[in-house]
Amino acid sequence: MDTQREGEHVVQVDRFPVQPFKDKNFSLNFYRQMMRARVLDERLIKMVKSGQGHFWIGGPGEEAFSTSLGMLVDKGEGLEHDYLHLHYRNNSVVMAMGMPMVEFIRQMASKQSDIFSGGRNFSGHCAYRPWNVVPVTSTIETQFSVAPGTAMAQLTNREEGKKSGVTIVVGGDAGSAEADFATAMIWASRPGKELPLLMIVTNNGWGISTAAETQHGEKHVHERAKPFGIKTAMVDGLQADKVWAAISKALEYVRETGKPFMLECMVSRMYGHSSSSGANLVEGEACPIDIFEKKLLKSQWLDAEEIKKIRAELEEECNEAHEKVLTEELPTADSIYEYSFADKNEGGIPGRDF
Amino acid sequence: MANMAQAIRMALHYGEENLDVKHIFGEDVGAPLGGVMTKTQGLKTAWNSPLDERGIVGTAMGLAQTGMRSVAEIQFSDYIFNTFDLLKIAGNSCWSSRGQFPMPMVLMAITGGGIHGSIYHSHSIDGWVTRLAGWKIVQPSTPIDAYGLMLSAIEDPNPVMFLPPKSLLRVKGSEKIAGEPEDERELRKLIDKPIKGDATNWQPTWPDIEYTPIPLGEAKLLREGSDAVVISYGRHVLMAKNVADKLSKEGFGEVQVLDLRTLYPYDWAAISQAVRQSGRVLIVTEETEITQFGEHLLRRIVDEHFYSLTVRPRVLAGAHVPGIGLAQSLEKASIPQEIDVEKELKALLSEIA
Repeated sequence: MDTQREGEHVVQVDRFPVQPFKDKNFSLNFYRQMMRARVLDERLIKMVKSGQGHFWIGGPGEEAFSTSLGMLVDKGEGLEHDYLHLHYRNNSVVMAMGMPMVEFIRQMASKQSDIFSGGRNFSGHCAYRPWNVVPVTSTIETQFSVAPGTAMAQLTNREEGKKSGVTIVVGGDAGSAEADFATAMIWASRPGKELPLLMIVTNNGWGISTAAETQHGEKHVHERAKPFGIKTAMVDGLQADKVWAAISKALEYVRETGKPFMLECMVSRMYGHSSSSGANLVEGEACPIDIFEKKLLKSQWLDAEEIKKIRAELEEECNEAHEKVLTEELPTADSIYEYSFADKNEGGIPGRDF
Repeated sequence: MANMAQAIRMALHYGEENLDVKHIFGEDVGAPLGGVMTKTQGLKTAWNSPLDERGIVGTAMGLAQTGMRSVAEIQFSDYIFNTFDLLKIAGNSCWSSRGQFPMPMVLMAITGGGIHGSIYHSHSIDGWVTRLAGWKIVQPSTPIDAYGLMLSAIEDPNPVMFLPPKSLLRVKGSEKIAGEPEDERELRKLIDKPIKGDATNWQPTWPDIEYTPIPLGEAKLLREGSDAVVISYGRHVLMAKNVADKLSKEGFGEVQVLDLRTLYPYDWAAISQAVRQSGRVLIVTEETEITQFGEHLLRRIVDEHFYSLTVRPRVLAGAHVPGIGLAQSLEKASIPQEIDVEKELKALLSEIA
C-alpha cells in the first residue's frame, strides 16, 4: 500500500476555540471545508456524466455533519485513535480529516493511483489505514456488525490500562432497517461489557427512491436505542453549530464513559440517491452551506465577493487535481489478483497462486 | 490419545498463551458450557456472545481490522448462511483496500453430517465457502491435524475458516500431539470439565503441549497405493482409507488416499502427482452434488491431466436434496456411506483402460 502522501494534505485544525462558531477564523475555515466538499461532489457528478467515472454516490446536504465529524475525530493509526466505519456518503468526513481532493478524483476515475482501493471500488468507498478509516462497503448495513469489533478491541485495550480511542459508525436511516443495526445496539450494550461506540444515523428521509415515512413506523430512529440503555440525541444536521456541538458532546460521552451513544442527524439529500437516479439538484432539499453562509453574511465575516473568491480558489484546486488525474494510468489487467491474500501478493485462482 | 475436541481446545489454549489470541467467542463458547462440543472448555479468553451470527462474524472482522487476534465460532456451519455478505467482505477487505486492511481471523464452525442432526445440524458448506475468494478453508480429519492446522490458522494473516467434522469430534487420534500425556485418562482428568458434581470453580490443568503447526495448503498422504487415488477430506477421507484397506486385503488393488486438509489453498502439487501416478481418480465429498468443491477438482484434473487419466474420473457426493432427513435411512441415502465408496472404488479399479 502507498504510504501517506505527505505534502498534499490540507492543514488540519487540531485545536478548536471553546465556542468555535463565535470565532471568525474557525467559522471561515469550516465554511471553506464545507464548500470544498460541495465543489468536489459537483466535480465527481460531472465526471460521471461526461464518462470519466462509472458511478457517483455522495453527500451534498450532509456537509455540516461530515465536516464536523471529520474535524472532531482523533485521527491516527491503531487502537489509541478513533476507528471510523463510514458510509458511502462520507467522502467529506475524510476530506475534513485532511485528505486532498485529488485522492477522491482518482477513485472516481478508477485510477491505479486511487489510494483507497487502487481503482477497484466505487467513489465514496474510502479506506485509509493511517487514519483507521476501515473500508467502506456498498452494503448499507454491514458496518454496524463490524464496528463492535474495533470497539471491542478498544475495550480490551482500556481494560489493559492502555490509551484507547473510540469507534464511530455511520449509516443512513434506510440502513437501520437491517438486522446489523440491532446487532450493534445489542453488542454495544452487553451488561458490564459496554463498548465505546458512537452510532450515527444520518437521516435524509429516503432509501433510494422510497420515502422513509412509507416504511418506518418509528417516529425517530434514535429512540430504538433507548430500550438498550443507550443514551441518544437527535440534531438538526443542517445547522453547522448545532451538529458540531452534538457530535462533540456525543464523542465526549463515549470517550469518558466508554459506553455507547446514538446520534441521529437530520440531513438532506440534495442530488438524489446517486448517479443511478440522475444526480440532479432536487427542489426543496435544504442546503447546509447556504444556511451557514447566511449566518456568515449576517455577521459580516463574509461578503459576496469573498464567497466568489473562495469558490474560485476551490474550483482551481479541483481543476488542478482533475487534470493531474486524467494523465494517470488505469490499473493493469494483470493486477487483478494482487492483495487477494495478505501474505502473498498474488493468488486467487488455481494455476496463478498455490 | 486426544480426541479432536480436546486437540482443538489445546490448540486454542496454546494460542491464547503464546500466539496473542485475545478473544475466543461465540454462542455458548464460554463457561459454563465451553462449547456445544466442549472445544472451548476452560479457556481463559473464551466468552459467550449473543445468539447472533452476524454479530459474531462482524465482531471478529472488527477485531481483525485492529490486528487483534480472535477465534470466533458459528455453533453449527448450518447457521452460517445469514452471514454471507459479511464473509464476502472479510474475503475482499485486503483486496479492495489494496492491502491496507487484511483480516487475520479464524472462524470455526463444525460441519457435515453423521450425528443424526436433521436439516440444520448436518449441512456441509464446502462448496459455498470455497467460493469465497480471499478466505482459506481448513477441514481436519484427525486430532493431531486439527491441533497443528488450528495453530497455523491462528497465525495466518488472512481470514481462515476452520471446519471440523461434527462426527469426528469425539474420535480419538492414532498419533500423539507433542506434549500430550501418554494416558488418555490423564488427559481427560486434566482438561475435561467433570460431568458429575459441582464444576462451578473447575479450572483445567493444561499439559505442556508443544508448538507443532501444520502449514495450510499441504495435503497428507494417508495411504500409499499405485492402482487408484481417492482424494477427500474430513470424515470421508477416513471412510475412504477403511475401504482402501479392505479392498487391499480382498485383492482388488492398492489405493492411494490423499487427505487435502486444506480446501483452499489446496495442494495441487500433491493432487497432480497422485493423478499422474495411477490415472484412476475418485473424489469423495459429503456435500450435495450440484456445483460443489469436488466438481471443481474434477474439472481441473480433466483440464490439466486429461492425458494422464486411464479411465473416467469420478466424484462421489451427497444427493442434491434440500436437507438431510432425520431418519437413519434418509441420512444414509443422502450422504455417501462406506458401502458407496466401496462400490465406486471397485468400479474405478475394474474399469478396463
